[in-house]
Amino acid sequence: MEQIANIFVKSIFTENMIFAYFLGMCSYLAVSKTVKTASGLGLAVIFVLLITLPVNYLLDRYVLSPGALAWINPQWAEVDLGFLSFILFIAVIAAMVQLVEMVVEKFAPALYNNLGIFLPLIAVNCAILGASLFMQEREYGNILEVFSYALGSGIGWYLAIVSIAAIREKLSYSNIPAPMRGLGIAFIITGLMGIAFMSFMGLQT
Amino acid sequence: MNKRIFLDPLFKNNPIPVLALGICSALAVTVKLEPAMVMALSVTLVTGFSSMILSLLRNTIPNRIRIIVQLVVVAALVILVDQILKAFAWEISKQLSVFVGLIITNCIIMGRIEAFALYNKPFPSLVDGLANGLGYGIILIAVSIVRELLGSGTLIGYQVIPQQWYVANGGFYENNGLFILPPMALIILGLIVWVFNAKNAKRV
Repeated sequence: MEQIANIFVKSIFTENMIFAYFLGMCSYLAVSKTVKTASGLGLAVIFVLLITLPVNYLLDRYVLSPGALAWINPQWAEVDLGFLSFILFIAVIAAMVQLVEMVVEKFAPALYNNLGIFLPLIAVNCAILGASLFMQEREYGNILEVFSYALGSGIGWYLAIVSIAAIREKLSYSNIPAPMRGLGIAFIITGLMGIAFMSFMGLQT
Repeated sequence: MNKRIFLDPLFKNNPIPVLALGICSALAVTVKLEPAMVMALSVTLVTGFSSMILSLLRNTIPNRIRIIVQLVVVAALVILVDQILKAFAWEISKQLSVFVGLIITNCIIMGRIEAFALYNKPFPSLVDGLANGLGYGIILIAVSIVRELLGSGTLIGYQVIPQQWYVANGGFYENNGLFILPPMALIILGLIVWVFNAKNAKRV
Protein backbone atom coordinates (compact mmCIF):
# COMPACT_ATOMS: atom_id res chain seq x y z
CA MET A 1 0.00 0.00 0.00
CA GLU A 2 2.78 2.36 0.94
CA GLN A 3 4.51 1.51 -2.34
CA ILE A 4 1.39 2.46 -4.31
CA ALA A 5 1.02 5.84 -2.59
CA ASN A 6 4.72 6.42 -3.09
CA ILE A 7 4.53 5.81 -6.84
CA PHE A 8 1.49 8.07 -7.07
CA VAL A 9 3.09 11.07 -5.36
CA LYS A 10 6.41 10.56 -7.12
CA SER A 11 4.86 10.48 -10.59
CA ILE A 12 2.94 13.70 -9.95
CA PHE A 13 5.69 15.82 -8.47
CA THR A 14 9.28 14.64 -8.63
CA GLU A 15 9.07 12.62 -11.83
CA ASN A 16 6.59 14.86 -13.57
CA MET A 17 6.15 13.90 -17.24
CA ILE A 18 6.76 17.41 -18.49
CA PHE A 19 9.21 18.96 -16.09
CA ALA A 20 11.49 15.98 -15.59
CA TYR A 21 11.24 14.15 -18.93
CA PHE A 22 9.78 16.66 -21.43
CA LEU A 23 7.19 14.13 -22.57
CA GLY A 24 4.21 15.41 -24.52
CA MET A 25 5.80 18.80 -25.10
CA CYS A 26 4.39 19.23 -28.60
CA SER A 27 0.75 19.23 -27.58
CA TYR A 28 1.66 20.93 -24.32
CA LEU A 29 2.95 23.94 -26.24
CA ALA A 30 0.32 23.88 -28.96
CA VAL A 31 -2.81 23.56 -26.83
CA SER A 32 -1.92 25.76 -23.86
CA LYS A 33 -3.32 29.08 -25.05
CA THR A 34 -6.50 28.98 -22.93
CA VAL A 35 -7.24 27.20 -19.68
CA LYS A 36 -10.44 25.62 -20.96
CA THR A 37 -8.95 23.71 -23.89
CA ALA A 38 -5.84 22.88 -21.85
CA SER A 39 -8.00 21.31 -19.19
CA GLY A 40 -9.90 19.30 -21.82
CA LEU A 41 -6.67 17.90 -23.26
CA GLY A 42 -5.33 17.20 -19.78
CA LEU A 43 -8.43 15.19 -18.86
CA ALA A 44 -8.20 13.25 -22.12
CA VAL A 45 -4.58 12.37 -21.37
CA ILE A 46 -5.47 11.09 -17.86
CA PHE A 47 -8.30 9.05 -19.38
CA VAL A 48 -6.18 7.45 -22.11
CA LEU A 49 -3.30 6.75 -19.74
CA LEU A 50 -5.63 4.95 -17.34
CA ILE A 51 -6.81 2.68 -20.15
CA THR A 52 -3.65 2.03 -22.15
CA LEU A 53 -1.16 1.51 -19.34
CA PRO A 54 -2.88 -1.52 -17.73
CA VAL A 55 -3.44 -3.06 -21.18
CA ASN A 56 0.20 -2.58 -22.10
CA TYR A 57 1.20 -3.93 -18.70
CA LEU A 58 -0.71 -7.16 -19.29
CA LEU A 59 0.74 -7.38 -22.80
CA ASP A 60 4.24 -6.92 -21.46
CA ARG A 61 3.73 -9.39 -18.61
CA TYR A 62 2.12 -12.21 -20.59
CA VAL A 63 3.50 -11.82 -24.10
CA LEU A 64 6.58 -9.67 -24.44
CA SER A 65 8.98 -10.00 -21.54
CA PRO A 66 11.58 -12.81 -21.55
CA GLY A 67 9.97 -16.14 -20.76
CA ALA A 68 6.50 -14.60 -20.67
CA LEU A 69 5.05 -17.11 -23.08
CA ALA A 70 5.65 -20.01 -20.68
CA TRP A 71 2.01 -19.88 -19.56
CA ILE A 72 0.91 -21.10 -23.01
CA ASN A 73 3.49 -23.80 -23.46
CA PRO A 74 6.48 -24.50 -21.16
CA GLN A 75 8.62 -25.09 -24.25
CA TRP A 76 8.36 -21.41 -25.13
CA ALA A 77 10.01 -20.25 -21.91
CA GLU A 78 13.12 -19.33 -23.87
CA VAL A 79 11.32 -16.98 -26.24
CA ASP A 80 11.99 -13.26 -25.75
CA LEU A 81 9.75 -10.99 -27.80
CA GLY A 82 11.06 -7.82 -26.13
CA PHE A 83 12.13 -6.30 -29.44
CA LEU A 84 8.49 -6.13 -30.54
CA SER A 85 7.44 -3.95 -27.64
CA PHE A 86 7.68 -0.56 -29.42
CA ILE A 87 5.49 -1.61 -32.30
CA LEU A 88 2.92 -3.42 -30.13
CA PHE A 89 2.68 -0.61 -27.58
CA ILE A 90 2.07 2.01 -30.24
CA ALA A 91 -0.47 -0.23 -31.96
CA VAL A 92 -2.32 -0.77 -28.68
CA ILE A 93 -2.32 2.96 -28.02
CA ALA A 94 -3.61 3.84 -31.49
CA ALA A 95 -6.28 1.14 -31.34
CA MET A 96 -7.35 2.06 -27.81
CA VAL A 97 -7.64 5.72 -28.66
CA GLN A 98 -9.81 4.86 -31.63
CA LEU A 99 -11.95 2.55 -29.49
CA VAL A 100 -12.33 5.05 -26.68
CA GLU A 101 -13.33 7.70 -29.20
CA MET A 102 -16.10 5.48 -30.61
CA VAL A 103 -17.37 4.36 -27.21
CA VAL A 104 -17.42 7.87 -25.79
CA GLU A 105 -19.17 9.20 -28.88
CA LYS A 106 -21.89 6.58 -28.56
CA PHE A 107 -22.56 6.59 -24.82
CA ALA A 108 -21.47 9.99 -23.55
CA PRO A 109 -22.02 12.64 -26.22
CA ALA A 110 -21.51 15.46 -23.71
CA LEU A 111 -18.08 14.13 -22.75
CA TYR A 112 -17.32 13.56 -26.43
CA ASN A 113 -17.97 17.20 -27.18
CA ASN A 114 -15.42 18.17 -24.57
CA LEU A 115 -12.74 15.55 -25.20
CA GLY A 116 -13.48 14.43 -28.75
CA ILE A 117 -11.29 16.77 -30.73
CA PHE A 118 -8.28 15.95 -28.54
CA LEU A 119 -8.45 12.18 -28.75
CA PRO A 120 -6.82 11.74 -32.20
CA LEU A 121 -4.01 14.08 -31.09
CA ILE A 122 -3.27 11.82 -28.18
CA ALA A 123 -2.38 8.74 -30.23
CA VAL A 124 0.94 10.36 -31.12
CA ASN A 125 1.44 12.09 -27.78
CA CYS A 126 4.85 11.14 -26.40
CA ALA A 127 3.52 11.12 -22.85
CA ILE A 128 1.40 8.03 -23.48
CA LEU A 129 4.08 5.93 -25.19
CA GLY A 130 6.64 7.29 -22.75
CA ALA A 131 4.59 6.17 -19.77
CA SER A 132 4.28 2.67 -21.25
CA LEU A 133 8.01 2.45 -21.85
CA PHE A 134 8.85 3.73 -18.38
CA MET A 135 6.42 1.22 -16.92
CA GLN A 136 8.23 -1.54 -18.81
CA GLU A 137 11.65 -0.32 -17.77
CA ARG A 138 10.86 0.17 -14.09
CA GLU A 139 9.19 -3.25 -13.82
CA TYR A 140 6.26 -2.36 -11.61
CA GLY A 141 5.20 -5.34 -9.53
CA ASN A 142 1.45 -5.56 -9.96
CA ILE A 143 -1.45 -3.97 -11.77
CA LEU A 144 -2.40 -1.70 -8.84
CA GLU A 145 1.00 -0.04 -8.98
CA VAL A 146 0.53 0.45 -12.71
CA PHE A 147 -2.87 2.06 -12.11
CA SER A 148 -1.43 4.45 -9.55
CA TYR A 149 1.45 5.30 -11.90
CA ALA A 150 -1.00 5.98 -14.74
CA LEU A 151 -3.22 8.18 -12.57
CA GLY A 152 -0.28 9.99 -11.04
CA SER A 153 1.50 10.82 -14.27
CA GLY A 154 -1.80 11.85 -15.87
CA ILE A 155 -2.53 14.24 -13.02
CA GLY A 156 1.01 15.57 -13.18
CA TRP A 157 0.59 16.31 -16.89
CA TYR A 158 -2.81 17.92 -16.24
CA LEU A 159 -1.34 20.18 -13.54
CA ALA A 160 1.49 21.24 -15.82
CA ILE A 161 -0.65 22.10 -18.85
CA VAL A 162 -3.34 23.90 -16.86
CA SER A 163 -0.84 26.01 -14.96
CA ILE A 164 1.08 27.05 -18.07
CA ALA A 165 -2.20 27.89 -19.81
CA ALA A 166 -3.20 30.09 -16.88
CA ILE A 167 0.15 31.86 -16.98
CA ARG A 168 0.01 32.34 -20.76
CA GLU A 169 -3.47 33.85 -20.51
CA LYS A 170 -2.10 36.52 -18.17
CA LEU A 171 1.04 36.93 -20.28
CA SER A 172 -0.86 38.18 -23.29
CA TYR A 173 -1.21 41.49 -21.46
CA SER A 174 2.46 41.91 -20.65
CA ASN A 175 5.17 43.61 -22.59
CA ILE A 176 7.60 40.95 -23.82
CA PRO A 177 10.44 41.62 -26.30
CA ALA A 178 9.08 40.78 -29.76
CA PRO A 179 11.40 37.85 -30.67
CA MET A 180 10.64 36.27 -27.31
CA ARG A 181 6.86 36.25 -27.71
CA GLY A 182 5.01 32.97 -28.02
CA LEU A 183 7.35 30.03 -28.10
CA GLY A 184 10.44 31.55 -26.47
CA ILE A 185 8.71 32.78 -23.35
CA ALA A 186 6.71 29.55 -23.08
CA PHE A 187 9.96 27.57 -22.92
CA ILE A 188 11.46 29.84 -20.28
CA ILE A 189 8.33 29.77 -18.12
CA THR A 190 8.23 25.99 -18.36
CA GLY A 191 11.86 25.95 -17.24
CA LEU A 192 11.08 28.17 -14.25
CA MET A 193 8.07 26.04 -13.34
CA GLY A 194 10.33 23.00 -13.61
CA ILE A 195 12.74 24.55 -11.13
CA ALA A 196 9.82 25.17 -8.80
CA PHE A 197 8.74 21.53 -9.12
CA MET A 198 12.30 20.44 -8.33
CA SER A 199 11.72 21.63 -4.78
CA PHE A 200 9.32 18.71 -4.34
CA MET A 201 12.42 16.50 -4.39
CA GLY A 202 12.45 17.06 -0.63
CA LEU A 203 9.38 14.80 -0.43
CA GLN A 204 11.45 11.78 -1.34
CA THR A 205 12.28 9.56 1.58
CA MET B 1 15.98 22.74 -55.79
CA ASN B 2 17.39 19.85 -53.78
CA LYS B 3 19.92 22.18 -52.24
CA ARG B 4 17.17 24.43 -50.96
CA ILE B 5 15.24 21.46 -49.58
CA PHE B 6 18.40 20.54 -47.73
CA LEU B 7 19.48 23.92 -46.39
CA ASP B 8 16.14 25.42 -45.42
CA PRO B 9 15.39 23.18 -42.43
CA LEU B 10 18.92 23.61 -41.10
CA PHE B 11 18.74 27.34 -40.50
CA LYS B 12 15.74 29.30 -41.70
CA ASN B 13 12.96 26.84 -40.93
CA ASN B 14 14.64 24.79 -38.26
CA PRO B 15 12.03 22.39 -36.89
CA ILE B 16 12.65 23.02 -33.20
CA PRO B 17 12.76 26.79 -32.68
CA VAL B 18 10.56 27.84 -35.58
CA LEU B 19 7.93 25.12 -35.73
CA ALA B 20 8.17 23.77 -32.16
CA LEU B 21 8.19 20.20 -33.43
CA GLY B 22 9.96 17.28 -31.88
CA ILE B 23 10.86 18.69 -28.52
CA CYS B 24 9.35 15.71 -26.75
CA SER B 25 12.17 13.27 -26.71
CA ALA B 26 14.86 15.78 -27.53
CA LEU B 27 15.75 17.49 -24.34
CA ALA B 28 15.97 14.68 -21.84
CA VAL B 29 19.14 13.34 -23.47
CA THR B 30 21.05 16.63 -23.55
CA VAL B 31 22.84 16.37 -20.20
CA LYS B 32 25.91 14.95 -21.95
CA LEU B 33 27.16 15.54 -25.48
CA GLU B 34 27.76 11.91 -26.46
CA PRO B 35 24.22 10.54 -26.04
CA ALA B 36 22.89 13.70 -27.68
CA MET B 37 25.03 13.04 -30.76
CA VAL B 38 23.86 9.44 -30.96
CA MET B 39 20.27 10.59 -30.56
CA ALA B 40 20.69 13.22 -33.30
CA LEU B 41 22.13 10.61 -35.66
CA SER B 42 19.34 8.12 -34.94
CA VAL B 43 16.62 10.69 -35.48
CA THR B 44 18.22 11.88 -38.72
CA LEU B 45 18.35 8.35 -40.12
CA VAL B 46 14.81 7.49 -39.03
CA THR B 47 13.36 10.73 -40.42
CA GLY B 48 15.18 10.34 -43.73
CA PHE B 49 14.34 6.73 -44.39
CA SER B 50 10.76 6.84 -43.12
CA SER B 51 10.13 9.80 -45.43
CA MET B 52 11.62 7.90 -48.34
CA ILE B 53 9.71 4.67 -47.69
CA LEU B 54 6.39 6.43 -47.24
CA SER B 55 7.01 8.51 -50.32
CA LEU B 56 7.49 5.27 -52.29
CA LEU B 57 4.21 3.98 -50.84
CA ARG B 58 2.34 7.24 -51.13
CA ASN B 59 0.11 6.20 -54.02
CA THR B 60 -0.85 2.84 -52.57
CA ILE B 61 -1.87 3.79 -49.01
CA PRO B 62 -5.57 4.45 -48.56
CA ASN B 63 -5.98 7.87 -47.02
CA ARG B 64 -8.07 6.75 -44.06
CA ILE B 65 -5.56 4.37 -42.54
CA ARG B 66 -2.43 6.31 -43.39
CA ILE B 67 -1.62 7.23 -39.77
CA ILE B 68 -1.44 3.57 -38.75
CA VAL B 69 0.73 2.72 -41.77
CA GLN B 70 3.05 5.61 -40.95
CA LEU B 71 3.32 4.53 -37.33
CA VAL B 72 4.15 0.96 -38.34
CA VAL B 73 6.89 2.02 -40.76
CA VAL B 74 8.41 4.44 -38.26
CA ALA B 75 8.20 1.91 -35.43
CA ALA B 76 9.91 -0.75 -37.54
CA LEU B 77 12.80 1.64 -38.32
CA VAL B 78 13.09 2.63 -34.67
CA ILE B 79 13.26 -1.02 -33.63
CA LEU B 80 16.14 -1.45 -36.08
CA VAL B 81 17.97 1.54 -34.60
CA ASP B 82 17.34 0.28 -31.07
CA GLN B 83 18.63 -3.21 -31.81
CA ILE B 84 21.73 -1.83 -33.53
CA LEU B 85 22.45 0.47 -30.57
CA LYS B 86 21.97 -2.40 -28.14
CA ALA B 87 24.37 -4.55 -30.14
CA PHE B 88 27.17 -2.05 -30.77
CA ALA B 89 26.82 0.69 -28.15
CA TRP B 90 25.31 -0.91 -25.08
CA GLU B 91 26.47 1.82 -22.64
CA ILE B 92 24.88 4.61 -24.65
CA SER B 93 21.72 2.67 -25.27
CA LYS B 94 21.42 2.27 -21.47
CA GLN B 95 21.80 6.04 -21.06
CA LEU B 96 19.21 6.80 -23.70
CA SER B 97 16.85 4.25 -22.08
CA VAL B 98 13.27 4.84 -23.16
CA PHE B 99 14.06 7.81 -25.34
CA VAL B 100 15.09 5.67 -28.31
CA GLY B 101 11.58 4.22 -28.32
CA LEU B 102 10.13 7.69 -28.06
CA ILE B 103 11.57 8.58 -31.47
CA ILE B 104 8.40 6.90 -32.79
CA THR B 105 6.20 9.65 -31.42
CA ASN B 106 8.64 12.41 -32.31
CA CYS B 107 6.49 15.00 -34.03
CA ILE B 108 9.19 15.88 -36.60
CA ILE B 109 8.92 12.50 -38.25
CA MET B 110 5.14 12.44 -38.55
CA GLY B 111 5.18 16.13 -39.42
CA ARG B 112 7.59 15.71 -42.35
CA ILE B 113 5.74 12.65 -43.64
CA GLU B 114 2.40 14.43 -43.54
CA ALA B 115 3.67 17.72 -44.90
CA PHE B 116 6.25 16.60 -47.46
CA ALA B 117 6.69 12.91 -48.17
CA LEU B 118 3.06 12.26 -49.09
CA TYR B 119 3.24 14.73 -51.98
CA ASN B 120 6.78 14.36 -53.28
CA LYS B 121 9.05 11.89 -55.05
CA PRO B 122 11.26 9.55 -52.97
CA PHE B 123 14.59 11.29 -53.43
CA PRO B 124 13.54 14.82 -52.42
CA SER B 125 11.69 13.21 -49.51
CA LEU B 126 14.85 11.49 -48.38
CA VAL B 127 16.77 14.77 -48.58
CA ASP B 128 14.02 16.63 -46.75
CA GLY B 129 13.88 14.03 -44.01
CA LEU B 130 17.65 13.95 -43.52
CA ALA B 131 17.84 17.75 -43.46
CA ASN B 132 15.10 18.08 -40.88
CA GLY B 133 16.73 15.43 -38.77
CA LEU B 134 20.03 17.33 -39.01
CA GLY B 135 18.36 20.61 -38.14
CA TYR B 136 16.98 18.93 -35.05
CA GLY B 137 20.41 17.47 -34.32
CA ILE B 138 22.13 20.87 -34.44
CA ILE B 139 19.84 22.24 -31.73
CA LEU B 140 20.21 19.10 -29.64
CA ILE B 141 23.99 19.28 -29.84
CA ALA B 142 24.07 23.02 -29.11
CA VAL B 143 21.99 22.56 -25.95
CA SER B 144 24.06 19.61 -24.80
CA ILE B 145 27.39 21.41 -25.34
CA VAL B 146 26.24 24.23 -23.05
CA ARG B 147 24.89 21.81 -20.46
CA GLU B 148 27.87 19.48 -20.36
CA LEU B 149 30.46 22.27 -20.39
CA LEU B 150 28.88 24.32 -17.62
CA GLY B 151 27.36 21.43 -15.70
CA SER B 152 30.25 18.98 -15.57
CA GLY B 153 33.20 20.84 -17.12
CA THR B 154 33.69 18.16 -19.77
CA LEU B 155 32.92 17.52 -23.45
CA ILE B 156 32.28 13.94 -24.62
CA GLY B 157 33.80 12.89 -21.30
CA TYR B 158 37.11 14.80 -21.73
CA GLN B 159 37.95 17.38 -19.09
CA VAL B 160 37.87 20.83 -20.73
CA ILE B 161 38.02 23.15 -17.73
CA PRO B 162 41.56 22.80 -16.27
CA GLN B 163 41.68 20.84 -13.03
CA GLN B 164 43.67 23.56 -11.22
CA TRP B 165 40.81 26.00 -11.60
CA TYR B 166 38.54 24.04 -9.28
CA VAL B 167 37.97 25.16 -5.72
CA ALA B 168 38.91 21.67 -4.54
CA ASN B 169 42.40 22.19 -6.04
CA GLY B 170 42.79 25.71 -4.70
CA GLY B 171 41.26 27.52 -7.69
CA PHE B 172 38.18 29.72 -8.08
CA TYR B 173 35.88 27.66 -10.29
CA GLU B 174 33.02 25.32 -9.52
CA ASN B 175 30.67 23.41 -11.84
CA ASN B 176 27.16 24.79 -11.97
CA GLY B 177 24.97 21.90 -10.83
CA LEU B 178 21.83 23.65 -12.05
CA PHE B 179 22.73 22.79 -15.65
CA ILE B 180 22.43 19.09 -14.94
CA LEU B 181 18.80 19.50 -13.86
CA PRO B 182 16.14 19.15 -16.58
CA PRO B 183 14.61 22.66 -16.39
CA MET B 184 17.82 24.30 -17.64
CA ALA B 185 17.41 22.55 -20.99
CA LEU B 186 14.14 24.42 -21.48
CA ILE B 187 15.64 27.75 -20.52
CA ILE B 188 18.59 27.27 -22.89
CA LEU B 189 16.16 26.32 -25.64
CA GLY B 190 14.10 29.44 -24.89
CA LEU B 191 17.21 31.55 -25.39
CA ILE B 192 18.00 29.74 -28.67
CA VAL B 193 14.47 30.49 -29.88
CA TRP B 194 15.01 34.12 -28.97
CA VAL B 195 18.20 34.35 -31.04
CA PHE B 196 16.57 32.55 -33.98
CA ASN B 197 13.53 34.79 -34.03
CA ALA B 198 15.57 37.95 -33.66
CA LYS B 199 17.79 36.96 -36.63
CA ASN B 200 14.90 35.89 -38.83
CA ALA B 201 12.99 39.09 -38.12
CA LYS B 202 15.96 41.15 -39.24
CA ARG B 203 16.23 39.27 -42.52
CA VAL B 204 12.63 39.90 -43.50
